[in-house]
Amino acid sequence: MSNYFKNIKNAFKLKHYVNYIGVGAVLLLFTVLYYVGALNRATPNLLIQIGYSIILAVSLNLVVGLLGELSLGHAGFMCVGAYLGATVANALAGTLPLTLVLIISILAGGVSAAVFGFIVGLPALRLRGDYLAIVTLAFGEIVRNICKNLPFFGGAQGLQSEFYTEYLKAGKRALPLFIPTFIAVLFMLFVVQNLIRSKHGRAITAIRDNEIAAKAMGVNVTYYKLFVFVVSAFFAGVAGVIYTGTTSPIQYSFFSYNYSIEILVMVVLGGMGSIGGSIISAILITYINFALKSMLSGDMAAVKTLVYALILIVMVIYKNAPALKNVREKFNLQNLKEKIMSKVFKVKSSESDIRDDAGEWDEIPTKIITDEVLSTDFNLTTYTPDKPDKNQK
Amino acid sequence: MSTLIDGLSLGAIYALIALGYTMVYGIAKMLNFAHGDIIMVGAYAVFTTLMMGETVGAKILAIVVSVVVCTALGVLVEKCAYRPLRGASPLAVLITAIGVSYLLQGMSQLIFGAKSHPVDFTIHGSFMGINYSTIVTLVVATIIMIGLTLFVNLTKTGRAMVAVSEDRAAAQLMGVNVNFIIMLTFAIGSALAACASIFYLMQIPTVSPTLGSMPGIKAFTAAVIGGIGSIPGAMIGGVLLGVIEKLALSVPAIAPYTTAIEFSLLIIILLVKPTGLLGKKRREKV
Repeated sequence: MSNYFKNIKNAFKLKHYVNYIGVGAVLLLFTVLYYVGALNRATPNLLIQIGYSIILAVSLNLVVGLLGELSLGHAGFMCVGAYLGATVANALAGTLPLTLVLIISILAGGVSAAVFGFIVGLPALRLRGDYLAIVTLAFGEIVRNICKNLPFFGGAQGLQSEFYTEYLKAGKRALPLFIPTFIAVLFMLFVVQNLIRSKHGRAITAIRDNEIAAKAMGVNVTYYKLFVFVVSAFFAGVAGVIYTGTTSPIQYSFFSYNYSIEILVMVVLGGMGSIGGSIISAILITYINFALKSMLSGDMAAVKTLVYALILIVMVIYKNAPALKNVREKFNLQNLKEKIMSKVFKVKSSESDIRDDAGEWDEIPTKIITDEVLSTDFNLTTYTPDKPDKNQK
Repeated sequence: MSTLIDGLSLGAIYALIALGYTMVYGIAKMLNFAHGDIIMVGAYAVFTTLMMGETVGAKILAIVVSVVVCTALGVLVEKCAYRPLRGASPLAVLITAIGVSYLLQGMSQLIFGAKSHPVDFTIHGSFMGINYSTIVTLVVATIIMIGLTLFVNLTKTGRAMVAVSEDRAAAQLMGVNVNFIIMLTFAIGSALAACASIFYLMQIPTVSPTLGSMPGIKAFTAAVIGGIGSIPGAMIGGVLLGVIEKLALSVPAIAPYTTAIEFSLLIIILLVKPTGLLGKKRREKV
């Protein structure tokens, strides 16, 4: 009996593929339902929303969970992707088949957002933590402010999305947008999961855990930091382009700081660094939003904000409070699973010796600061061997 | 000239808010994202008090109520949300602070509605083309800032605050009650936010649940420009940002891009001097 379970475990590393299988199954199920005609009008729209929320949450998770830097401007990248992608789509709409327009505009939106990701990544080389968070926040506000005022982007009325109108016109004849959306989700999962499991992923986590130590071990910090920001921004841009297919005109006010926070809530709720967690919480939050939108109108919409806030506070305190460490260990899912396995199947868990990294990424370790006497005193940003360090008095 | 004075008075408001950010950062080593929403709560406290009547007495009462409510709220938030996380990673604390900010916004929207309400708190009349409100803001804010500087530098409690901000463990060994000092910092910061909310209402006489977020973010920007953790830095940063905002708004060609200009300034300053104008450089060690 015990060997049987062990063999299954070793034969399929199922958990490496569980995200693809889950998303693929959802795609397949709803595609079939769509062509059978069993879906109501609202469902494809909800699916698209869920799709771009997953892309946003997972790509933000790259920065927050993997690199360990807080980004509060993710909606800004989405905004860049949405406006530039829609501009390209508007220029092409009508001349090319709709799906081709979608692919071209997704690439255009993603690449333009990636360029901005590179620009925002530059301050990230000199700033850390709180300072970087405020720079990303500032970036989001700058983008929004510019998009609001450039006459080229339709000003305060917003940018008309031809793409959306074309989709409406085509109706059932066109490929429903949720199918390419979920293909984009699968593509993103493929890129992100392979990135995390590669040597590049390990280099990035090394930077997260201790930047100076990583640098000393030969990790190219500049390259990897920019790399993460570029990849993350690219996918946020893709999400932005997908968003333009669901609404017209595109409003600058959608991409506010609050939306960035909403994406952050998804990441925190799902567990920082956990891709599966981000997917589940993105689905959950988008669905709750969708359901509450019709139920709560006017001032009662504040209930949603309240619920978010409470989830965020309670989750973070429960996960991080030093005083709750014992409680956490008692109710740890991993331990619980092992306990059940050993009780029911009399199996000793083999996972405890080789733990998946992803399981441990939901807590971001703080820097280890050893005593000043023991450490080598040097400053990487200003250190030059010829000149004496200015800070040393 | 009048633009400059307006800018200075707006800057004084930003400086008062920025002081809250910077003191909390210096002493508790955390970014209190909910600070902007404490301003909003202060404004609602004024609004609620003024519903009873709009006499001078009611206005004075409103100021007192606002300060008391904000101070209590600041202490409460610190106790419930931030104290359990003392010693946890900074990112966790930051995210909790964002949660508190959301919570306050949601609660006020639930109680007062999402609509904005008018509040009459302006002092009417003007002197040499400058509104009395502007002058009062400038004078009172300057007095408050001088008072705060004296308090921090001269009293025993103030010096304990400086000690905690420099080295928490050493201060504790020297007999400073760190928990009390952190609580006091939140109380002072929130009281300053209440003052800022009153000055804010003098300039923009409406309250809404999102009133605090923009001044909050801008004051935060000001604190970072001045070097977060430094009290004079927050004052300089606030005044600088206020003057730049009013100057940019006075030129029609660039007025719509004011927000972008302010935030670009932040990014440029941080790139040139990563710790802000007056910030202390922390050395990182392995």
